[in-house]
Amino acid sequence: MNSIWEYANPRKFMATSAFLLPWVAGLAAICLVVGLVWGFFFTPDDFRQGSTVKIIYIHVPAAIMAVNAWLMMLVTSLIWVIRRHHVSVLAAKAAAPVGMVFTVIALVTGAIWGQPMWGTWWEWDPRLTSFLILFLFYLGYMALWEAIENPDSAADLTSVLCLVGSVFAVISRYALLFWNQGLHQGATLSLDKEQNIANVFWYPLVIALCGFGFLFLALVLYRTQTEIRARRLKALIAQERTG
Amino acid sequence: MIALLKRDLMLAIRAGGGFGLSLAFFLIFTTLVPFGVGPQTGILATIAPGILWLGALLACLLSLDRIFQLDWEDGTLDLIATSPVPLEGLAAMKALAHWLTTGLPLVVAAPALGLLLNLPAAGYLWLIASLLLGTPALSAIGTFGAALTVGIKRGGLLLSLLVLPLYMPTLIFGALCVVRGAAGQEALTPLLLVAGITLGSLAILPFAAAAALRVNLR
Repeated sequence: MNSIWEYANPRKFMATSAFLLPWVAGLAAICLVVGLVWGFFFTPDDFRQGSTVKIIYIHVPAAIMAVNAWLMMLVTSLIWVIRRHHVSVLAAKAAAPVGMVFTVIALVTGAIWGQPMWGTWWEWDPRLTSFLILFLFYLGYMALWEAIENPDSAADLTSVLCLVGSVFAVISRYALLFWNQGLHQGATLSLDKEQNIANVFWYPLVIALCGFGFLFLALVLYRTQTEIRARRLKALIAQERTG
Repeated sequence: MIALLKRDLMLAIRAGGGFGLSLAFFLIFTTLVPFGVGPQTGILATIAPGILWLGALLACLLSLDRIFQLDWEDGTLDLIATSPVPLEGLAAMKALAHWLTTGLPLVVAAPALGLLLNLPAAGYLWLIASLLLGTPALSAIGTFGAALTVGIKRGGLLLSLLVLPLYMPTLIFGALCVVRGAAGQEALTPLLLVAGITLGSLAILPFAAAAALRVNLR
């Protein structure tokens, strides 16, 4: 019986991810092309929002993945703290810039969407603000990785930061709801409630969502491979010097 | 642990700068605000709660890097780590000492600065209460941030980048409490939430800070 912990072995992880990467990347490309082309060119304009509604196919998946990337970092950081698997923490390190870029995409597309719809680029709305805060958390996390020389100390400290940061990110989220009433609409997509989006928009959105998910997975796999290779290179150079 | 607290307080008082500097910073910050936004009393009264909370927060922030830095540089931290006192206790005492030398003076000074900014009379009680209950959280969070960055040369900017997002919930509820109090509205709920954040921070963060210290002392 295969266990997920096998992939804590870098060699095993490299082999499996090298096999998976083209497939995941291919799926991401297919889903993104199909979802976005379908969404942009083959859906009707919304009767109130016109064609601006189509930015949803980038905005919503990017926003969802931005939050999920942090959750993934939280889980992998926990695994590092508990079981000391290097691949795990390197995956967290690899996911941070990807998540940050998704956050920026969500913020920028939101601003572009908000300009014609709400008449403003930016509003101090709880959702918008919490994404800005999320962006700052990503920045802090990455800056801490950069600042510490010893890779193990860096992994430990960033993991602790990720855990504490998650707690405070959740508190901030609810504090913001208390602080200001929102302009942003509530959740449109939900797992447990009836969906309030027409099927014509729903299908391409789901495909675009899968596309962004696969894209995230592909980028994280690729970046984790790079991190592992960089780590090996460092070890080799150190060996050369001493031996 | 009491000895550690006493030592920190003595150092802060005798070395000078510990007590006074953050207070002076708070004063100059509040003095600069009217130059930035203009001397109209109406505007100042509206923004006074936020400015006072921001000033207190920044004054706290600026004194954070000295929490562990000096002890780290001269090796005291290693000695304390090998002593029977747990690092969690050290982190809690450091936070307490930081609060006594920075947070408490700010609480005492805030009403006087509120006068400068024309804070409405109804807000003073809430200002003192929210700062009194909120600044311990700032010290505890700051101690955690200082523990994370203690091994980094010139970590001051990084420290602010890490700590400021963590300060946000405290700032939101603290400032909201004063805003509502000054407007004569119900202000107890944000005050209780501030207290909740403080208690939660005090319960969790010494452990996180100690974990970070252990990594840095390795």
